[in-house]
Amino acid sequence: MHQYKKLNDVEKHKEGTIIRTDDSPVKMEVEYTDVKTEGDYKKSPVYIFHDWCVKCGICVAFCPTGVLARKPDGSPYVKNPEKCTHCETCDRLCPNFAITGAKKK
Amino acid sequence: MQKIPQKIIHTRYLRHRKKFPHVWCPGCSNGIVLGAIMRAVDELKFKRSNTAMVSGIGCSSRMPVYVDFNTLHSLHGRAIAYATGIKMFKPEMDVMVVTGDGDATAIGGNHFIHAARRNIDLTVILINNNIYGMTGGQYSPTTPTGDIATTTPYGNIDPVFDICELAMGAGATFVARTTAYHALEAQSFIKQALEHKGFSLVEIISACPVIYGKLNKKGDAPAMMNAMKKNSISLKAWEKLPEDKLKGKIKRGILRNEDRPEYTDEYAKLVQKVQGGK
Ligand SMILES: Cc1ncc(C[n+]2csc(CCOP(=O)(O)OP(=O)(O)O)c2C)c(N)n1
Ligand code: SF4
Ligand code: SF4
Ligand code: SF4
Repeated sequence: MHQYKKLNDVEKHKEGTIIRTDDSPVKMEVEYTDVKTEGDYKKSPVYIFHDWCVKCGICVAFCPTGVLARKPDGSPYVKNPEKCTHCETCDRLCPNFAITGAKKK
Repeated sequence: MQKIPQKIIHTRYLRHRKKFPHVWCPGCSNGIVLGAIMRAVDELKFKRSNTAMVSGIGCSSRMPVYVDFNTLHSLHGRAIAYATGIKMFKPEMDVMVVTGDGDATAIGGNHFIHAARRNIDLTVILINNNIYGMTGGQYSPTTPTGDIATTTPYGNIDPVFDICELAMGAGATFVARTTAYHALEAQSFIKQALEHKGFSLVEIISACPVIYGKLNKKGDAPAMMNAMKKNSISLKAWEKLPEDKLKGKIKRGILRNEDRPEYTDEYAKLVQKVQGGK
């Protein structure tokens, strides 16, 4: 699960201020988070963050090569992994930041 | 359950641990616009400490809650007034305003036109979903004539505002329009608007499937986005088409991009002059 941290006072303070001085995102850049994914993500061309997905169907509707399909409950899954061109359309059109088709580095 | 890498863009610019998942309804375009803004900012390599996002009140205006910049979630309609304050005090800062159609053109209409007239260097990203989403679906100045809202149950008789024309009429120096379906184009327009010195407006036609879509039977989110794809015409194609084909269509593209003296520059010059060049 995502660790939804409670806001402590320091963080609250940081969010409320207009002028921020801390500008060091480097440490945060690659974070590993426990996410509910199905199958082996290493073999899949797309990651789906099921915790954040709201089953709106946009990624499935607009994937140009038909990689994705919907389950009966509406949630997306990778049906044809070999067809993915890593065009990132799903990525850009997902309103919930719940899918990424970016090429793995 | 397994450990997978978070997308870099999340961890770099979003309050992804504290504030996500966000509260917008399933299929709402606001999230797509947020993504486009993040990607544009990432391309420009803006510093988080030198960037500010300001908003008023509304669904779209909830966006600053989710980004890790200097943020200000202010009063309904007053986002541009607050942003003007920030820009005047810290002209070196990149200040963007995220606002809705009601927020910017109904209650905040005056701030909007006068900021455009002054040509102050703000980037206004206006998410136009044709309705007041947050308060349950009252009609806004951009609700199409004839459409249903909770306050126009028999159809709206008001003519609509063309927001881009309004901004150009008021003197904005960068004006562009696109839709949430054209996310890549939105990203590029936002990037250019952020780079532009002077008042810039990017209007993004977006889908509110839960209120506007439901009241007007527009279908689900993918259907509404397909309609954006079908009903919008890029500027290049627009100029070639005969008039009868353009009725009811959305014109997409950069409608104006010009230079004019910028307000904070002029102000600095005035200060220098009054102080006798000291
Ligand atoms: C001074 C004031 N008047 C009215 C309201 C109620 N109100 C909150 S959001 C909103 C409309 C927002 O519509 P829009 O700007 O189109 O944004 P959307 O929710 O559609 O994204 C209204 C009227 C308020 N919060 N403050
Ligand atoms: S990256 Fe492109 S091809 Fe791959 S799943 Fe996403 S939309 Fe489809
Ligand atoms: S677009 Fe995003 S939220 Fe919608 S179904 Fe796909 S992954 Fe889920
Ligand atoms: S009411 Fe409409 S605009 Fe507001 S979050 Fe829901 S879908 Fe989006």
